[in-house]
Amino acid sequence: MSRPRPFVVRKAGAYLLLAVVAILVAFPLLIALSYSLMSESDIVTFPPPLLPAHPSLDNYEKVIATIPIGRYLLNSFVVSGAVVVGHLVTASLAAYAFSFLVFRGRNLLFFVFLSTLMIPWEATIIPNYMTIRSLGWLDTYQGLAVPFMATAFGTFLLRQAFMQIPRELWDAARIDGASSFRFLRAVVIPLSRPALGTVAIYGFLSTYNQYFWPLLITNETLMRTTQVGIAQLRFEESLRWGLVMAGVIMVAVPTLALLVLGQRQLIRGLTAGAVKG
Amino acid sequence: MRWTARDLRSLAIGLAYLAPSLVLFAVFVFIPLGRTFYLSLYNTRATGALTTFNGLDHYIDLVTSATFRSGLVATGLFAIYTVPIGIALGLLLAVLLNQRLRAISVFRTMMTSTIAISAAVGALLWLLLFNPSIGLLNYVLSLIGIRGPEWLIQPAIAIIAVSITTIWLTLGTNIIVLLAGLQGIPEEIYEAARLDGARGVRMFMRITVPMVSPSLFFLLVVDSVAVLQAFTQIHLLTRGGPVDATRTIVYGIYLDAFQNFQFGFASAESVVLFALVLALTIIQFGVVERRVFYQ
Repeated sequence: MSRPRPFVVRKAGAYLLLAVVAILVAFPLLIALSYSLMSESDIVTFPPPLLPAHPSLDNYEKVIATIPIGRYLLNSFVVSGAVVVGHLVTASLAAYAFSFLVFRGRNLLFFVFLSTLMIPWEATIIPNYMTIRSLGWLDTYQGLAVPFMATAFGTFLLRQAFMQIPRELWDAARIDGASSFRFLRAVVIPLSRPALGTVAIYGFLSTYNQYFWPLLITNETLMRTTQVGIAQLRFEESLRWGLVMAGVIMVAVPTLALLVLGQRQLIRGLTAGAVKG
Repeated sequence: MRWTARDLRSLAIGLAYLAPSLVLFAVFVFIPLGRTFYLSLYNTRATGALTTFNGLDHYIDLVTSATFRSGLVATGLFAIYTVPIGIALGLLLAVLLNQRLRAISVFRTMMTSTIAISAAVGALLWLLLFNPSIGLLNYVLSLIGIRGPEWLIQPAIAIIAVSITTIWLTLGTNIIVLLAGLQGIPEEIYEAARLDGARGVRMFMRITVPMVSPSLFFLLVVDSVAVLQAFTQIHLLTRGGPVDATRTIVYGIYLDAFQNFQFGFASAESVVLFALVLALTIIQFGVVERRVFYQ
């Protein structure tokens, strides 16, 4: 079947435009990948090279030799994992109360939850720093994770999902004598996996990518997270760009992998607050 | 409205489910917010211990402080450079991505990849691009005959450099939100407009823009709040400099509290930050939502 030519041309044009724009948007990342494979002497040549003449993994080896990147990654994964678990537990419980349980003051309490979204973390960072210091939680995992374990956004998202679950299931479970907690565990949670996935991915990304808080409350090198650890390379005496870019790639790979794997969940989360259904 | 025993019991059960979240919010959000107000009325030692009651002196100092006023200007410029351009760019790319083509999802993933990129990584990437001797930005500009500026050294340009980095960091979110908005526009509306002879730019201005206005206003608020909270890219690109040109409110809080140990004064700055975010959120909920077009 032959198609009329203008259509093919138009389609090729659309793809060309998309490809050019996509490369431009991803350019800072692509150039980082390229520079991470270049030697320091290649990087400083003029005009600036786009691709490595002799690609090598030297910079990656140097990152591993210069900073405890493995430990940074471990720290970030422990803290982000703890926050994810915290979000799933606290938000499921709260969303369940806001969707299935009936009690006086429910709307007021829901408003209390939503009001936390209007309070910027940075405006409370001084007292929070003092709290963590007086608890002796500086340079600890709990200091990095516990303040972020509740989430109004996640509660809101899960409440929406829980409200989709047919009321009849609840009535049937009550007649069978199931406790309300058992209904949450046995029925609501299994039926809400996609929404729980969204909450988990969100919690992980937002914690893994934090910078200000871990910068404030960690001093020991071994307690630093990836973001703070990698940024330290920027403040070294002589900036070695190949090294910095290799570090940047190593730190960004987990989140980029998560983006590719969990794209649908992420998009659902981002659009939940924005578009009125 | 009398409380029966059953009311109390159901409230107790409800609160039991809410307790983990409520305790965390109390300890790390509400009480700290109260303490921020409280601290702003006191002088403190470098350890953070309160010394003397100060009344509204810190606020009076804020109003008369040239540094704080220039901080407000820096924050305003940052928002003006970042938010409208970021949203416009996001809308253009969302329109481009809103085509029915095979493998369009590959392009969507590439163009929205910045949602996974941290501010620290983004700042380091742009630090390289802005570099006057080896950065590609000035090299590309030189190819079209423009002598690129010293991005991070000239005060008027440094805030633009921070803004460019921030636009790039928020582009992914903007595209996703606007793409969802575009996909919610019913095809019939376009068909009806086409029958009326609307095409191209006219169609875009008369149909597309009004129809995605809820998403546009949502982003206007969300992106402005993000600008008010931005710390990392400033810390890694300019450290508030040169000569305070990028010392936004948040960066001022950081410097005053954690470099100069003026916790009381920095708390007063925090209260201003809180008030600004609150005002934006109230605008979002109250004023704007009523005027925006909904189907």
